[in-house]
Amino acid sequence: MLSIKNLTVSIENKQILKGLNLEINKGEVHAIMGPNGTGKSTLANIIAGKNIYTIEEGTIDYMGKNLMEMEVDERANEGIFLSFQYPVEIPGVSMVNFMRTAINEQRQYHGKDPLSAAEFLQKMEEKKKLVEIHSKLTNRSVNEGFSGGEKKKNEIFQMAMLEPALAILDETDSGLDIDALRVVANGVNKLRNENNAFIVITHYQRLLDYIIPDFVHVLFEGKIVKSGGKELALELEQKGYEWLNQPSK
Amino acid sequence: MQTTQKSIKERIIHYVENHSGEILQNDPPEMAQLRRKAFQLFKTQGIPGRNLESWKNTDIQSILDQEYHFSPEPESRKINVETFFHCNIPDLDTLMVTTLNGYYIYRHSPLKKHPNGVIIGSLAEAKKQYPQLVDENYGKCAIDTIDGMISLNTALANDGVFVYVPDNVEMKEAIQIVHINHNEERLLTNVRNLIVVGKNSSLTLVHCDDSYTKQAAFINSLTEIIVKQNAVVDHYKLQNLNNNTTLINQVFFSQFADSRVHSVAMTLNGGLIRNYAHTRFHEPGAEANVLGLYLVDKTQNVDNQVYINHTAPNCTSNELFKGLIDDQAKAIFNGHIKVHRNAQKTIAYQNNKNLLLTDKARIVAKPFLEIYADDVKCSHGATVGQLDNDALFYLMSRGISKESARMLLMYAFAAEVINEIKIDVLRNQIDDMVKKRLHGELDICETCVLHCQNREREITFPIDMSKI
Repeated sequence: MLSIKNLTVSIENKQILKGLNLEINKGEVHAIMGPNGTGKSTLANIIAGKNIYTIEEGTIDYMGKNLMEMEVDERANEGIFLSFQYPVEIPGVSMVNFMRTAINEQRQYHGKDPLSAAEFLQKMEEKKKLVEIHSKLTNRSVNEGFSGGEKKKNEIFQMAMLEPALAILDETDSGLDIDALRVVANGVNKLRNENNAFIVITHYQRLLDYIIPDFVHVLFEGKIVKSGGKELALELEQKGYEWLNQPSK
Repeated sequence: MQTTQKSIKERIIHYVENHSGEILQNDPPEMAQLRRKAFQLFKTQGIPGRNLESWKNTDIQSILDQEYHFSPEPESRKINVETFFHCNIPDLDTLMVTTLNGYYIYRHSPLKKHPNGVIIGSLAEAKKQYPQLVDENYGKCAIDTIDGMISLNTALANDGVFVYVPDNVEMKEAIQIVHINHNEERLLTNVRNLIVVGKNSSLTLVHCDDSYTKQAAFINSLTEIIVKQNAVVDHYKLQNLNNNTTLINQVFFSQFADSRVHSVAMTLNGGLIRNYAHTRFHEPGAEANVLGLYLVDKTQNVDNQVYINHTAPNCTSNELFKGLIDDQAKAIFNGHIKVHRNAQKTIAYQNNKNLLLTDKARIVAKPFLEIYADDVKCSHGATVGQLDNDALFYLMSRGISKESARMLLMYAFAAEVINEIKIDVLRNQIDDMVKKRLHGELDICETCVLHCQNREREITFPIDMSKI
């Protein structure tokens, strides 16, 4: 589904990713762990299409297409979804109109008729239950005045609405209390199936108790330095990231 | 420059001196006196130049350098305005009154007294029929010494709309004043409106400025609105003029104890528009919300000047002006709040927010507080920015096209002011117009500022804003 080869990326002449390789197939959940500042969010943003980076080298192939040539909205309509580490507040744009616009633009992209108001509302109610969102939240402006937990739930809600093929969760667990973490993780688990894939970016093993990954990768200084099964996360939890320095030296 | 200013000023002086009999013919004594004084004042002031602080960024002298004709009085005032102008916002229930090139026109009668005592009609006619009422109120808000446009209006304006709401009357129907410029040659129009709202009364006023032809015009409009004790006035100003037209729109509010004014100015099109809003609190407990939205593009200019004069204690003023400035358009915001020494417990907020959509769009913002009292709550601020790139990315990352995302953000920016329109049908209409305007679809309206007649097709917008 997603094949990243030798990805080298810089921002303002500072190299962040230095020859990263990653292969993701449908039905898989990949966790990416690593200390601060190693390029985890950069990787997420690049896949979603944020254009503040310079791609120096490498390729990203997504379902047989060159991802680099696709606009942000096109990527989304092809099934890529980023759950933001810091969801953006957009005063004046209501959640309802935002989601309805997004859904209908996606449908239009795939040559489908727009959802009627009733169909849309029904879908929204259904997905709200999935992430235990209370009705009032969707009547407000996008993320405006939402608590940290509400913002993250809202990301998962949007994911549920858009039903992406590849979802990237960028530190969705940061700032969540244990109840919210459980809700978010449950939401992800219910959406998980053999046709989609997830990239879960996190600092902590805690989230991976709830979302069980198939693979764990350690991103360190712009490269994936170690990959393994879910047990790698536990090892990292015990040893920290410091020991990773040694094998490379 | 010198010679051009001289020439327009000279021409005006020449005109007034040769037509003084005509100009003064209907004036009650006090008003005639006021007019003579204003004319003398204009002779020294002239057309305001860029040497004046408040005109520093708006050059009207070069515009007036061209040949302008003084608006002639129409041969007949009995014009059925509907023959060339039609406004039918669905369900907008207004009493519509019209001025054509500065003169009140009507189908049946120039001035009408309604059963509830409300008088609506021509100011020139009111001078004849109710000289005392006019004399008592006319020229009491406008301050001729401010600049030459105001004194010029006092000296020259012959007609406009007169509205008198006696004490204790709640006007349910909104009054809609439509100023139309319909001219074959380049006209210089002075129009003057006088609105008096009595104690405990309420009035909603919709004030539209519209041009009917593409010909250039210079409109110098002045409206005095007297809001007596505990009265409530909602005031909406809509401007959708052709791009050759210059409009100087001056509104003076005089507010007495516990009165409330809610004023929203919507500038959607126009060559050069200057809105001067002046509010004076004479007595305690009054409140004014002064809001504005300006959407300008191409080479349009919009200049918003707001002066709020807190001369009495315990009054509240709230200003919010927002602008979307596209292409090479230019906007000016000059907000001045003055709090006098005795105006304790004043609350005054002022906010100006602008989005510049291109590198060449310009805004000159000058928020300004002048405070002499020591127990007040005042704040001011101005922001200038571009569309938020993070918000754009966020919207697009959900599959929304760049164009729709931009539209959504611009609309959201404007909606804060649009939502302050309390008349539902008017708000919906403006909402549609703003959406069209953001699409670049709304050119000068063929018929009316409210773009009503051309609604044969529904206004399409990629985002369904209807509340569901």
